[in-house]
Parts: sequence; C-alpha cells; structure tokens
Amino acid sequence: MFSASLLVFLTGCSGNQSALNTHGHSADALRDLIILITVVCTVVWLMVVGFLLWALARRREVPRRDSDTERKMALSIRLAIAATILTVAGLTIASFYTTRDLNSSNGASLTVRVKAQQWWWQFAYQASDQEPPFLTANELHIPVNKDVRLELEALDVIHSLWIPSLAGKLDMIPGRKNIITIRATRPGIYRGQCAEFCGLQHSHMAFVVVVEEGAAYQRWVAAQAAPAVEPAMAEASAGKAVFMSKPCAACHTIRGTSATGTSGPDLTHVASRRTIGAGLLETTRGSLAAWIADPQTLKPGNNMPLVPLTSDELRQISAYMEELK
Amino acid sequence: MTRDQGARVPLDVDISDAELERQLKETWSSKPGLWGAISTVDHKVVAGRYIATAFVFLILGGLLAMAMRLQLSQPEARFINPDRYNQIFTMHGSTMMFLFAVPVMEAMAAYLVPLMVGTRNIAFPRLNAFSYWIFLFGGILLWVAFALDTAPDVGWFAYVPLAGPQYAPGKRADLWAQMITFTEVAALAVAVEIAVTVFKQRAPGMSLDRIPVLVWAMLVMSFLVIMAMPAIMFSSTTLILDRLVGTHFYNPAEGGDALLWQHLFWFFGHPEVYIIFLPAVGMVSTILPAFVGRPLFGYMLLVMALITTGVLSFGLWVHHMFTVGLPRVGESFFTASSMSIAVPAGIQIFCWLATLWAGKPVYKTPLLFILGFIVTFVMGGMTGVMVASVPFDTQVHDTYFVVAHFHYVLIGGAVFPLIAAVYYWFPKMTGRMMSERLGRWSFWLIFCGFHLTFFPMHILGLWGMPRRIYTYQPELPWTSLNLFVSLSALVLAGGFLVFFVNAIRSRRNGLPAGSNPWGAATLEWATSSPPPPYNFRRIPVVSSLDPLTPGENELPVVAGLRTDRRELLVTSVVEALPQARESSTTDSVWPFWAAVATSVMLVWSIFTPWAVVWGSIPVAITLIGWFWPKGSPEDES
Amino acid sequence: MKDRIVLDASALPMHGMGAASPTWWATCAFMLIEGSGFALALAVYLYLMSLAPSWPMEAPPPDLWAGTWLTLMLIASVVPNVLVSRWAHRRDLRKVQVGLVVMTMLGIIPLVLRAFEFTKLHIRWDDNAYGSIVWMLLGLHTTHILTDVVDTVVLACLMFSRHADNTRRYGDVQDNCMYWNFVVVAWLPLYGCIYGLARL
Repeated sequence: MFSASLLVFLTGCSGNQSALNTHGHSADALRDLIILITVVCTVVWLMVVGFLLWALARRREVPRRDSDTERKMALSIRLAIAATILTVAGLTIASFYTTRDLNSSNGASLTVRVKAQQWWWQFAYQASDQEPPFLTANELHIPVNKDVRLELEALDVIHSLWIPSLAGKLDMIPGRKNIITIRATRPGIYRGQCAEFCGLQHSHMAFVVVVEEGAAYQRWVAAQAAPAVEPAMAEASAGKAVFMSKPCAACHTIRGTSATGTSGPDLTHVASRRTIGAGLLETTRGSLAAWIADPQTLKPGNNMPLVPLTSDELRQISAYMEELK
Repeated sequence: MTRDQGARVPLDVDISDAELERQLKETWSSKPGLWGAISTVDHKVVAGRYIATAFVFLILGGLLAMAMRLQLSQPEARFINPDRYNQIFTMHGSTMMFLFAVPVMEAMAAYLVPLMVGTRNIAFPRLNAFSYWIFLFGGILLWVAFALDTAPDVGWFAYVPLAGPQYAPGKRADLWAQMITFTEVAALAVAVEIAVTVFKQRAPGMSLDRIPVLVWAMLVMSFLVIMAMPAIMFSSTTLILDRLVGTHFYNPAEGGDALLWQHLFWFFGHPEVYIIFLPAVGMVSTILPAFVGRPLFGYMLLVMALITTGVLSFGLWVHHMFTVGLPRVGESFFTASSMSIAVPAGIQIFCWLATLWAGKPVYKTPLLFILGFIVTFVMGGMTGVMVASVPFDTQVHDTYFVVAHFHYVLIGGAVFPLIAAVYYWFPKMTGRMMSERLGRWSFWLIFCGFHLTFFPMHILGLWGMPRRIYTYQPELPWTSLNLFVSLSALVLAGGFLVFFVNAIRSRRNGLPAGSNPWGAATLEWATSSPPPPYNFRRIPVVSSLDPLTPGENELPVVAGLRTDRRELLVTSVVEALPQARESSTTDSVWPFWAAVATSVMLVWSIFTPWAVVWGSIPVAITLIGWFWPKGSPEDES
Repeated sequence: MKDRIVLDASALPMHGMGAASPTWWATCAFMLIEGSGFALALAVYLYLMSLAPSWPMEAPPPDLWAGTWLTLMLIASVVPNVLVSRWAHRRDLRKVQVGLVVMTMLGIIPLVLRAFEFTKLHIRWDDNAYGSIVWMLLGLHTTHILTDVVDTVVLACLMFSRHADNTRRYGDVQDNCMYWNFVVVAWLPLYGCIYGLARL
C-alpha cells in the first residue's frame, strides 16, 4: 500500500522525461522490470537490515563460539547463499525476457535518420509517396502506435539518444550506426536529452518528441515537406534580405531560398517548432531575437557565432524567423 | 663477504632487550633533517605520507563536489561556467579515483601489511619511496593544471573522440592521460611490493591459512592492479600518441575505433572498483572481531569470496557499455556475469552478519562505521544488481541513478570502512586514541548526510536527469530535489570536517593508546604504538590464525638476526618456513631523484615524443645510482 | 610483551637464490605486468583486424627477412643466455663476465635488425590504424630489448667491479637471464601476428 502510493507519487511528479511516467512500448516494459527488480531488491535489503538489527538487539552475556553455534551458522550461510543464487538467477531471466520483448517489433512503417552533433539533433525524414524528403531539428514527430525505426549517427563525438518516457537509451558513435525502434502508445509531447557527455553544452542538448494521431501527423509531414513561405509583412521581407546577405545563410538552409548552408539546423519551418537552441527556450519572437542577438550568452560555447546586427536588422530577422511556420 | 665472517658480527642473542633495541634503532632509523626525510625508506613513514597526501586529495575532491552542488542547487544557475564545470567534474572523478581511493588503499596496505605479517620493512623499500614521490608529483601536476585553468575537461573516463586530437585541442586531455601514467606507475610499484612482502616476508609459521583476511585482501588487490593497470597504461599512452604523433587507434576514419577506448578503459575500470573495495572487505573483516569479542566467522569462505571477486571482476567490463549497441549474445553473457558477482559479495555480508550475531558488540566508533557500511553497501549492491540488467540499465545508464549507485558502493562500501580503519589503526600509527565523542558525531553526520545526499539521486535519475550536466532548465521537475541534495551535502561535509578535526587534534592531545588498545589478535598489535623503525624487536613466530591471545604476556619469536645491518627473514610461500636472513635496503636519496627524472620525462613527453629518448637518459642514470652497490653490510651475502 | 625465543635463524644464509629471493619474485611480477601489456596489445591488434574490411589496411604485408632474422637471432640467443644463468648459479665469475659481454652483443644485434624491420613494414604509424598498431607492437617490444640490453651492460660493468663476487650479483645475473628469456618468448606471438596474420 505504502509502496503503491509512493510509486504514484514518484510517477506523478516526474514530468515528461521520466523512466517511470511511460507511454511507449519499450519504456512500459522497462518500467515493469524496474518495479519488479526494485521490489525484490528492497525486500532483500529489508531482510538483511532486519537480521542485522536482530543480531545487534538480541541479549547475550558472552560471545558464542561453541561448535553447535558454529554449525548452525554454517548451515544458515549455506541457505543464504543458495537464496542469493536463486534470486540473482531469477532476475537475470526476468531481464532476459524483457530484452526479448523489447525486440518484438513487427516491421517499422517509418524510418527517421537521427544525426547528433555538438549540441543539437537533426532528424531526416525520407521521401514518401506524396512528399519529398525534409530535415528538421530538435523536434521529432511520430505517429502513435506505429513502430518507428530511428537510425542513429553521430557526426562528431559520442552522443546518446534517450527519450525515457518512450524507450531506453542508445549511444550514437562516430563510425558506427545504431538502430532503435520506438513505439509510442499515447499522443503527447515527450522530452529527450543527450545522455552521453559530449562537451561544453551537453546540458543543453534536448529535443521533444511529438506523438500524434495519424491524420495530425500527416498534416505535419505535408507542412514540413513544403518549402518556406514567402514573408508577408514588410519587416519580415526585409529580414529575409538581411538573412541572405549576412553569414546566416552560410550555415542554415531555408528551402525555397538561396540559403543552403548545412552546418546549422534547417530553418525552413523553424517557427513551427516548440523550442529553439535544442530545447533551450520556448520559440517566441522574443526568444528568437534574444538567441540571434547573443547566442553565446544563452548557450556558451555553441557553434553559432555572434553576428553583429543593428537593432533594426535584429528585429527584421526575428520577424522573418517568426513567419517560418 | 661470506658467512664465515657472520660469526663475528653482532647478533640479537644474549643481549638485554634495551641494548637490542638501541642497536636496532641505530641501524634502522633515518637520519634527521631534510635529506633524512627525503631519503627515508621506512614503510611506515612513506605510507604515512601517502595516507596524509591521499586525504588531502580527498578534501580537494570534496571541495569540488561542493562546488558542483552549489551550481546544481538551482536551475540555470550561473555560479560556475560550463567550461569550469566540466573541469571540476573531471577533476573530482580523477582526483577521487586516482589520487585518493586507489592510493589510500595501497598506502594502508604499505603501512599495515608488513606489520601484520610480522616483518621489519616492506619488500623493496626504495621502490616504495619512489612510488610515493611519483604519486605526489602526478597529483601536483594535475592540480597545478587546474589552478592554471588548463585542467582536463573530458571526464575521468576521457572517451574518444571527445578527448581525441580533433575535439580536445590544447594539452588538457594530455595532462589527464599523463597523470594516469604517474598514478599507475606508483600503484604498480606498491602492488609488486605488497605481493612480494606477502609471498616472501611472512613471519615463520604464518602459512597460507594463517594469513589475516586484510592481508589476503591486499594481496588480491595487488594482483588486480598488476593485471588491470596495463590496460589503462596502454590506453592513455595510445591516446597521447593519437594526439601527439597522429596515430589512428581511435579514429574511425582511418580504421580505428571509438569503442576500442571504452573496452580498454573499462577492462581496467571495472577491476578498479574492486581494487578499492577489496581492501575495504579486508578492513571490515579485521576490525569486526575486535568489537564483537569473537573471531571472524567463515575465514575460508571469505578468502575464497575475495579471490572469486577478483577473478570475476575481469569479466564485467562490458556492463559499463550496455548502451553502445552490442550484440545481444554479449549482453546476456555480461548480464549474467555482472549479476553473479552478487554471490561472493553476499557471502561476505553473510559472514559478517553471522559474526555479529554470535558476538557481543561493543559500540565504539569503528564498529559504528562498519554497521553503517553494511546498511549502505547492501543498498549499493542492490542498485548494482539493477544496473547489471541490460534492459534496466538502458534507462538509468549515465543518469543520476548511477551517480547514486556508485557513491553508495564507493563511499558506503569503501570510505566507511576506511574511516573505521583510521579510527581503529590511528592508535597504532600515532600512539594516541581518537576522541570517541567526536567519533560518534562524525559517524552520525556522515551517515545521515550521506543518505540524505545520495538517496534522492536515485529518484532524480529515474526522473530523467542525466549525469555530467552543468545545469538544467527550470521547467524540469528536478529543482527541489536538487536543492535538497545540495543542502544535505553540507551535512555530509560537516561530518568529514569533524573527522579531520578529530584526527588532527588527537594526534597531539589524544589519550595514550598502549600497544593493544582494542585487545585485537593480529601481529601489528604486538609491537609498541607507534611501532619503532624496525617494527619488531625480534620477528614473531606464528602458530595460529590469531597470533595474539588476550592475557598472554609472551610472544614466540625468532632470534639469530644481525643488528648491524637491516636484516629480516625470508620465508617460503606456502608454509612460511624460514629460507634466508635477507637484508633490507638502506635509506637513499636516489629514489627521489629517479622520481624527479621520471616526472620530467613524462611531463616533457606531452609536448614532444623526443622527450622519451632524451628524458630516459637521466632516468637511467638515477636508476644506476639507485641500484649500484655501496659496499654496505646490506650488500653482504 | 616479552620475547620467548623459539627459533634460531643464525644459521640461515644471508641471501636466498632463485625462488628464495624477493628480487626473483619481483622480476616475475614485472614480467606479469608486461606480459599483460603485450597480451592487451595483441588483443587490440586482433580487435582492429576484426573490424577492418581488409587486412593489412591499404598496405602489403611486411617483408619477412628482417623480422625473421631477428626472430632467429633471438631464439639462438637463448642458448648462451641459459649458459650464463647456469654459470651464475655455479658462481663462476670468469665465465659470467664473458657471458655478459656476449649477451650484450646478442642484445645489440637485434636492435640493429629491428631498425631495418621498421622500414620493411611498408606503412607508417600515422597512415592508418593498422600502421599504428604494428608500430606500437614493434615499439613496445623494442623498448623491452633496449631496457634489457642496458641492464645487461650495467650488470657486465658490475661484474668487472669489486662488487662482483657476491651471491646477490649472481642472483641479479640469473634474474636478468630470466627476463631476457621473457623478452624472447614475448616476441614469438608478436612475430606470428605481425608477419603471419597479415598474410592470411
């Protein structure tokens, strides 16, 4: 009873990046395993500590070292060793079955290539029957109840993909390709974060996973596959011109324009994303402006340089970015 | 130079105890003054320095931990910038592992093993002195780099490519790798000394089944060092080569492999955990009997468990790599092997519980720390079983859950017994007792502070908080627990402060201890506190596992050793039958110079490979000075 | 506590030979350390080989003659080496002196051959991972030859000095012989790897 309420408490408080608050096929199985092993281990620990307290509390006049006591102790220890072996073997088998369960995927309907780099995530969606391929950054959309195959690559150092509410983590290692299949069981927004130390801004390398019903997901794909909209407002048009004339375009792509840089995130639909700076800030016009004005203060050491802009230019560029829905 | 002259040299027979002690003192004492201090090879002096230095590094590493807790006490805090933070957590891990935990355990071995096996000095005393200087210089190198803001910032594990030539410019990663070389050379030297001391210098009659558990533990630890440390030497050397002369061991673009580093690092890194933990097992097994009034239960079982743990520890390294995407067969094998280590660990716990059950506990500070150890270490063992399961580990690997786990194992499993050991052997080392009142304060502060600090980290990990982050965002549900952890860390730090105050005060003002204040049964308590430079007036003869019996006033000893040269007994490996009256080397300043020359070569070689060529010449010269016979009586045979 | 003398050690020798000497055990321990190092280096060779699509990487296998001559030299050197050890055991100073001079020669010749061996690898250490590991294997072993040669030279000087006729020195000579045997034996699997596996 106590442990059940404790569990509810631990789960309830834990947010959308939690191994306890799970809504994915793997993460659910792992959560069950975590609870099973934790309960078993807690019982064992309570037994050990209980025995220790009893051993200390029981009354005795002198230390015992007669042969009868020694024999009894030897027998108890043998039993305890046998119990240890059985427990450990049981847990090994339980974890083996969980591993098997995790890999029971029945063919993925969608494959996304994930490229991790210092300190952001690129998600590459392949061309489908209706839509051309497209890139997005720090925001992965997947349909609910479908197996999604993620092909993991690292472009510089080792990173690790971890969306605790959906699945366990898997490392991304330069020179190797790892594959993980995830299946979300409930629509929602889940947070993921790099789980392998990757340098200065390892702390700010997060992303969100948006799990949607099929139709909503298809609408999102169609929107993302389309080229960037032409800016409507004059300020945004001016911002576009500034963007193309400044170093911005050398690193960022905006499909449908002359900006084709590839070292930074694709910005074609940057304003459609929930966060900027790899989960750093919520996307608003203000945060966009703050980021462009001084990326090095917001995320020290990241690879976006400070581009000197007048306050007018800054306003114009952020207006343009805000229109890139 | 033959034995015929032996008849005319002074022997320890037919003279009074006082005269014998005077002669031995003259032969074994170091000269006063600075040069005497630098050239001493007394294992107690060298190990004492080693222990004190290691505890200084514990304090420094602890201050770094407090700095990290300050930064993490609130979201997006700006007390420490990310660059400094990465240096701090790298320094914290490297200092605690390489400059505190391993050295302090080896130093305890270097102090206690010769006394417990009843000999007069450690085997190869000059190597021991050399080892200390190398360790000291390596530690200074790392901390000077930190003071100059060029400390390594790639983690104590220095994964490539992050630590490789492309992503870690400058000399930070090289300093880390070379610091490793320093500490490994030091550790290997002590390991060889301990192994040989245990094999060849045991008191007559101390056959294998009469070796104290602590000595067994230190022997197994030495073998782990000997077998595991070459892996880290190899990997740190190849890392420097990759960075300095352009080899491609870890460069996937030219046929190298990033995972190769992890295999090599953890092939060392996992046994490393047991290098720290097994001595603690030995300490607990040795201290416990003195406070329950009966011998340890299950001596044979415990020794077998120690050896089994040592062997198994080489089959576990992959459990640090469960998330790299290994083949499934391998995963299952390493799950099983990682789980199986719970069995010998369980055996150890059961033996201690049985000893407690049948004994009559006397609640002095060392026993309190041992009880705290059992409670805490079993918890760490349980979370160890959890992370041994591959699927479980994919959720907690590289999160605060693991941070909690290994602090339970390392602090609960090794530092608690170590503090118990300091309280227990402090009277032997200094001749004075530590304060019992402050001891209790330090225990309760450390025990409560520890659990309040580290238990919540399990929850933080399950709630998704990764390790090695310098900050986190306010919208994540981690803020209040992190603040709680940071405040609890103050309690823990307070406990350590009380412990250090107690040690420093008691050294001068503690109550006189006498030779055997605890009524213990092992040989180190047969000599005065602190022991004289020659350890034992005459080398003891052992006829049981517990050589000292309470109330017994006489010690069976060997006579017939020379007093005009440093002489001790060499005995056979299995039965400890006397084989020779071997000499033990005299004081020498050469180990110090050899350490200086070696340090110059190692530091220089961060900058150019030619340093190895030119730098090895002074090293060779100092080594020749070290080994060239000086015609002293110690050279006679 | 009072001493009760139960054993008299005065008749024991003042230095033990072989397994009765701590130095012998330390030499064994160092051989174990270095043996572990060699084993690891070999494991790394095999590991990299298992990852590579072709082996050796982008290079022909190394030429045989230099390495093979060196191997034969090393194997041949075991004979005088064992003899020196025996003479040391019999405390035959004159023969030990001659033997150490011979062993110094037999240590230097492999070093000369080794210099050629490096040039016949057909790869540089910084070309690729294969180059790195073969240079590492050869370099590691060369260091061992070199250290032992220096040790032999110093011992030879000692044996011509006034400190020569001493059981301790003879023990040192024996330990040095044992170590040389280790250097030779450790080379054989390395030879097999560098020259054999590269031809499979």
